[in-house]
Amino acid sequence: MPDGRSAVKRRASLRLWLSGSWLALVALAALLAPWIAPHDPLAQDLFAGRLPPFFAAGADPAYLLGTDSLGRDVLSRIIHGARIALTVALMAGVATALLGSLLGLLAGYLRGWTDIVISRLVDIWMAFPPVLFAILLIAVIGTGLTSIIVAIVVIDWTRFCRVVRAEAMNQSKMDYVASATIAGQGRASILWREIGPNVLPTIAALLTLEMGIAVIVEAILSFVNLSISTDAPTWGGMIAEGRTSIHQAWWVLVFPLVVLFLTVLSFSQLGEGLKDRFDPVLR
Amino acid sequence: MILLRALLTRLATTVVTLFGAAVIVFFVIRVVPGNPIAMMLPPGATDEDIARLSAHYGLDRSIPEQFAIWFAGVLHGDFGASISLRQPVMPLVLGRLPATLELAIFALVLAVMIGGAAALTGTRLRNTRTEAAIDIANGVGLSVPDFLWALVLILLFGILVPVFHISGRISPSADLPFVTQFYVFESILRLRFDLWWDLLQHMFMPALALAIPLAAIIGQLLKQSLKETMHLDYVVLARTKGYAENKVIVSEALPNAVLPTLTLIGVQFTFLIGGTVIIERLFSYEGLGNMAIDAVINRDLPLIQGIVLVFALLFTVVNLVVDMTYALLNPRLRHA
Repeated sequence: MPDGRSAVKRRASLRLWLSGSWLALVALAALLAPWIAPHDPLAQDLFAGRLPPFFAAGADPAYLLGTDSLGRDVLSRIIHGARIALTVALMAGVATALLGSLLGLLAGYLRGWTDIVISRLVDIWMAFPPVLFAILLIAVIGTGLTSIIVAIVVIDWTRFCRVVRAEAMNQSKMDYVASATIAGQGRASILWREIGPNVLPTIAALLTLEMGIAVIVEAILSFVNLSISTDAPTWGGMIAEGRTSIHQAWWVLVFPLVVLFLTVLSFSQLGEGLKDRFDPVLR
Repeated sequence: MILLRALLTRLATTVVTLFGAAVIVFFVIRVVPGNPIAMMLPPGATDEDIARLSAHYGLDRSIPEQFAIWFAGVLHGDFGASISLRQPVMPLVLGRLPATLELAIFALVLAVMIGGAAALTGTRLRNTRTEAAIDIANGVGLSVPDFLWALVLILLFGILVPVFHISGRISPSADLPFVTQFYVFESILRLRFDLWWDLLQHMFMPALALAIPLAAIIGQLLKQSLKETMHLDYVVLARTKGYAENKVIVSEALPNAVLPTLTLIGVQFTFLIGGTVIIERLFSYEGLGNMAIDAVINRDLPLIQGIVLVFALLFTVVNLVVDMTYALLNPRLRHA
């Protein structure tokens, strides 16, 4: 029988390469947006409205991926949209990871009342439909980039908390924790120096997955018109606009959708790939 | 005895969860900026009018007082009155809930069918290219959330090859004989298969969007458990007895491999129900989630509270049922 493990490994590393390359491309576009975008993403030209992409009849080569109903360049809006998407992914992802992991570590290591209170909170949070919760929170704290990030953190910390709590509980039973305790190390120090580093790979894999989720949440909020502003070039906002004019100009929906799809897929594949990398059985 | 005690503990935590959910929703939405009363009155309304109407809806009292009144009502099944629709919340919510439940259950059935078929095919054709293709499809399916699948489906089967309806729950021209809101169920009882078919054609796209990620998870986990079971002695014995491979998989391996998947389906079903909110919006499906988004946009506090609580109740009940089923199915727990 061929070695199944090497096949799994080969596929996993191909996955890491493909998703990593796409994300690098998106990150590059986000960083260099003002220099590489062919047009101003907000500039309207009502005489150039709903121009098709370059390969279709009637296209203007100046607008590679066509224009939307207000004559804004689709490609430039996608490139600038990458900035917003990656900002949300990075900031919301990291903040969610910090809050959730901290609570998870405390619950899993300290146990007792801390654990009971935190676990009950997780239960309560899990009883809300996340999308509805997000929309409700944005209605409460107002639209804007910071609000979106806050909303994602408030809703999604449970993802980290549940997993990290279980992991911290496992690690606490290990001999190295017992010997650190006997050696007289304080609880804070054990948590920070001993358990923390061992839970880090799990957190890293979850963080990658969470960044993909953050991109989606931003798109959903833009879609129901609760994101940043209707004018700002967000992928979700473009998709919402494209959905309404789908019969007249499919490209306004299709291109941002493809980019969003690949980005979310890549974050997820990267996260799964990392999880396998850190899995001692496969390693 | 242990089972009974576990059950009681479980019930108690469920009650705590629901109460906590009620408290959080109530206080979160009291911070909503924008006066819902001012929004429902015509522009010429005086401050006196606003004050009078606020008093009518109890919005002039202190927040803890409002909570006590509202919560006492909830315990009697009275969720107050919707501000934007000017009707009691309870009948409004109950009127929309069946549409959402039918959609979610249909999606669950689709997910089990697709995921189960993928797992069985993958096990039957293990170590072939087909299995590799199924693995990749599963990986993509669970990486991309329902919201994106919905948009992809709208593009493919609503626009490119328009074979399915992508808006609404039933054709507007249909004249409806229904007395309940469980349209799909009632259309079968009334033998109105024309309406039943129309409903399914409307439900298929949103249900499939909800089903794809769950189908992928089912396919992946069930295939993994099946593969592990296939190496167990009793399965090997069945094969040496000369049973056909299909029979070995379906009647020997499957019953023992299915338990982890069942548990997972229960947990994932609540995520699926949560997904209906945005999916209903995308497909203009008249369910609870669509109503919830309108309620948030209209700042309709009583309606938001009612809907969120009904969702929370649904989630906790599903989880409770799953846990109990698991305890009953698992012989180690049953005989403990």
